[in-house]
Amino acid sequence: MSTFTTLFDTYNWDATLSSIFNKTTSDVEQALVKDKRNLEDFKALISPEAKPFLEQMAQKSKALTKKRFGNTIQMYAPMYLSNECQNICTYCGFSLTNKIARRTLTNTEILKEVSFLKAKGYDHILLVTGEANQTVGVDYIKNAIQLIRSQFSNITIEIQPLDQNEYELLIESGLYAVLVYQETYHREEYKKHHPKGKKSNFNYRLETPDRLGKAGIHKIGLGALFGLEDWRADSFFTALHLKYLQKTYWKTKYSISFPRLRPHSGGLEPKVEMTDADLVQLICAFRLFDEDVELSMSTRESEVFRDNIVNLGATSISAESKTNPGGYTVDPQSLEQFEISDERSTEEIVQMLKNQGLEVVWKDWDKTYF
Amino acid sequence: MKQNLTIAGKEFTSRLFTGTGKFSSSELMRESLLASESELITVALKRVDVTNENDDILKHLNHERINLLPNTSGVRTAKEAIFATELSREALETNWVKLEIHPDPRYLLPDPIETLKATKELVKLGFVVMPYIHADPVLCKRLEDVGAQCVMPLGAPIGSNKGLKTLDFLDIIIEQSNVPVIIDAGIGSPSHAAHAMEIGADAVLVNTAIAVSQNPVEMAKAFKMAVEAGRIAYEAKLAPVKNQAEASSPLTSFLD
Repeated sequence: MSTFTTLFDTYNWDATLSSIFNKTTSDVEQALVKDKRNLEDFKALISPEAKPFLEQMAQKSKALTKKRFGNTIQMYAPMYLSNECQNICTYCGFSLTNKIARRTLTNTEILKEVSFLKAKGYDHILLVTGEANQTVGVDYIKNAIQLIRSQFSNITIEIQPLDQNEYELLIESGLYAVLVYQETYHREEYKKHHPKGKKSNFNYRLETPDRLGKAGIHKIGLGALFGLEDWRADSFFTALHLKYLQKTYWKTKYSISFPRLRPHSGGLEPKVEMTDADLVQLICAFRLFDEDVELSMSTRESEVFRDNIVNLGATSISAESKTNPGGYTVDPQSLEQFEISDERSTEEIVQMLKNQGLEVVWKDWDKTYF
Repeated sequence: MKQNLTIAGKEFTSRLFTGTGKFSSSELMRESLLASESELITVALKRVDVTNENDDILKHLNHERINLLPNTSGVRTAKEAIFATELSREALETNWVKLEIHPDPRYLLPDPIETLKATKELVKLGFVVMPYIHADPVLCKRLEDVGAQCVMPLGAPIGSNKGLKTLDFLDIIIEQSNVPVIIDAGIGSPSHAAHAMEIGADAVLVNTAIAVSQNPVEMAKAFKMAVEAGRIAYEAKLAPVKNQAEASSPLTSFLD
């Protein structure tokens, strides 16, 4: 059966990048007046030529987001289950060679973290792990989902890529969505940043959304980690991936995240810088390109940035996140995967949203749905 | 004097049905829905916690005029819809359901095959089924045959505010239907709602156009008036539309 790789391999990174940089003011103007925008329009909107049109893009993005999602923002909380990892990723605090204390939460510890998050009001949860197949394999994840299923309407995971039959097993246990970021679509750079471990297999990761689609998952989250390579080319390939998936697995919903490299223990300096204005441009371009796709914003970004982006196209955010296993109650002092930027409490974020006329959606799914 | 609407033996004074999504707060939702004078208000089962009597949305819909109409938004198959609906009957104490089965999460377009299947089963289980469907006249008759108490064809994709894009098919549905026809989805302005009523729709369902307007309370009032005006116009029989002026001395006057 064909996968995204077949389509992806017909593209060339350098040619793609130069075609983005060759977009003209008139390409941008045409993209802006259209009702439906294609991949070439998306290139124009993320090109340097679109910068002078940023305010116009933001206005359109806001209007489209309000029409589709209303005056609401969904809230979710990440919960790190384990920092054990067999991969070397140059940018990650959990990388195999980092000398940190490793921890995997037990059932009792998971439930302790859960009661903290439930008390804050969360009903959608994101479970995160590193990649340690012996101790934190499919059985561990399945157990964790079953353990917390009765307490959350919506369970998402961000873990190592799995096979189709493994995803089917987890979906049966109550899994709703999977986030799997390609990190970078640049094959050679990807190799450099993932020299060891299962994650070094570029194609296996690239085809993960295909396996998820075939397994019949409700939602797939895509994204690239900005800082590893040129954000424009990586975003183009994310958009290409999105369109391919929407056509192929049409019953699945999609979300896009926009992680920028954050400081962590043993940190990597971004190769390509992405400014705040760049990120706003990208988020608006995605909204103009696709009215329905969910756009998610984590606590990696600053307070000011998040206060503004909730009105420009973002549809779901987290708050008060801890990126270490047991970070909420069990072991707050352990080392984080990365430092978050917006440290405000859930209550403060809810109030901020309220002040902007946005209603928090805590629940947008039901555990009785299959 | 405007006629009331009856669905499954229940009489409605207002022909404006409304939804609860996309409002900037539950308080504003309540105020707007009360201003609309709507008597049938749909709420997505996935957005509320039916087991929690303090659920924020449900709490704000507690009013003697409001009848709750649970909807199955989010389900992808007949099987899921039936399961969700049975749970809602118990928790919300209503056997009414707005059946929404849309396996396509982008345009939220209804699946006609699963909808027909689920309607048939739910009617047997004693539900008053209000199916959200394409403006497909044959499907409407098939739904009527299996016991749907009304049909809810779309005017345009949900949330699009594009108006009655399916007008020609809505005309046929209204002409042929033995059950009330409620135009759902796509109605973006009071003039669209008035138009729907003028062509003989029995009611309209509006959500996005009210919730996302700059002033939802005023917009709710505007829709209420538009629906009333359109209905009165329909009952009063609109004067026929003519493409040419009628000659004052017809060509056949010599026959008189």
